Amino acid sequence: MNEIPVIISRLSESFLLNCKLFAITLLFSLPLGLVITFGSMSRFYPLRWLVRTFVWIIRGTPLMLQLIVIYFGPGLMNMAFSWPGGTSGRFVAANVAFIINYACYFSEIFRGGIESIPQGQYEAGQVLGMTKKQIFFKVILLQVIKRIVPPVGNEVITLVKDTSLARIISNKEIIMMAGEYSNKGLIWPLFATGIYFLVFVGVLTILLDWLEKRLDYFRV
Amino acid sequence: MPVLEVKDIEKCFGTLQVLQNISFSLEKGEALAIIGSSGSGKTTLLRCLNFLERPDKGKIIVNNNVIFDAADPATQRESEVRKKRLHFGLVFQNFNLFPQYTVLKNVTLALELLANERPDFTQEKKAIQEEIQERAKTLLSQVGLSDKLDFYPHMISGGQQQRVAIARALALEPDILCFDEPTSALDPELTGEVLKVIRNLAERNTTMIIVTHEMDFAREVADRVIFMDEGVIVEQGSPQEVFGNPKEERTKQFLTRYNKD
Repeated sequence: MNEIPVIISRLSESFLLNCKLFAITLLFSLPLGLVITFGSMSRFYPLRWLVRTFVWIIRGTPLMLQLIVIYFGPGLMNMAFSWPGGTSGRFVAANVAFIINYACYFSEIFRGGIESIPQGQYEAGQVLGMTKKQIFFKVILLQVIKRIVPPVGNEVITLVKDTSLARIISNKEIIMMAGEYSNKGLIWPLFATGIYFLVFVGVLTILLDWLEKRLDYFRV
Repeated sequence: MPVLEVKDIEKCFGTLQVLQNISFSLEKGEALAIIGSSGSGKTTLLRCLNFLERPDKGKIIVNNNVIFDAADPATQRESEVRKKRLHFGLVFQNFNLFPQYTVLKNVTLALELLANERPDFTQEKKAIQEEIQERAKTLLSQVGLSDKLDFYPHMISGGQQQRVAIARALALEPDILCFDEPTSALDPELTGEVLKVIRNLAERNTTMIIVTHEMDFAREVADRVIFMDEGVIVEQGSPQEVFGNPKEERTKQFLTRYNKD
């Protein structure tokens, strides 16, 4: 019976890896996504084509496959680069794969958001003598943010659960940990992992609702 | 000396010629109405004046300065275009207010951004900001919206939004204020309040170019009228001449069609 606290503490510990992966991915993929957006909207055709092809490949293949390719690829292809050994190497590789993958999804959401702002908003800024930068930051950006909060929220919630895929390159995240117990015939830890995800997503949902309400004072 | 001279403006979209040989001039304090059916090039002409479209040919001269010359790329540099735009104000058909800002902030925003660039801004910050607030409030009371300063655009009617847009354009004190069908997006019962504001501006001798489908209004307010059709100026003159005694067959046809409605 006194095994229970031990199991719970080990589950919690491994969930920390999910949380870290989530936080780091979000921190880097959102700005990287904006950079990809500008690339995919570039007036320079070759760049736009290149970026859109890249986005197509990343969105068109499973994240699980991308994790495997990014982690094992350098070694299998005899590249000069290799991931550091042990847990830290696996964790960094997982982060890289997640950041690239999510940045591509975010970039498409951003692009949709930017393109949905009526041309008249840009023109109104122009005839009032604003610079392109002023128009983007003072007029367009907040309207885009308001429009993309729901779809970005969707991605963020998906990301929480996707972090479990990191186990495919042996990151000891919570479901992998619970799996060790179920292999020994103890099934409840596996069910318990669901509670961790539910609570995390619950908190995120509250945050996203709050953000939506904060932006409710105007209409676009 | 005219405030504005437009010389031989031409504009094509692909193979479609939307403006041809457009020349006219405007004296200070004059109100010019541009009439004509949809697709006659009226809006494109206004957009050319405001640098939202670039004419393929022709010159635009304001206060004797050539601010645009299609043959001279030096007049088309992005950095200068920004400043030159300020000779003109534009009130859009769809208002285009900034939804995330209050009525007051819609009027002050551009002024604040321009004030930021003034060399004395850091020292005089407070005085400048107060002056901007005052100016915006005065303009908003002129258009009858003193009680709506803290409202957001979605909270007020279309007619009120358009009046805010007029105040916003006036705030920058343009030499020439342009209206692009300012009442076309409004319910009929709301057009009156907007026309009243424009009429007031005309009485104060604001230099204006008004593209409009409101013939009675054009006749009453304008000092001069231009009738356009298929990208050319068919006829121009005083409202009495153009409305009362049109010379060109196309003008007559257009006006009879309107009077029937």
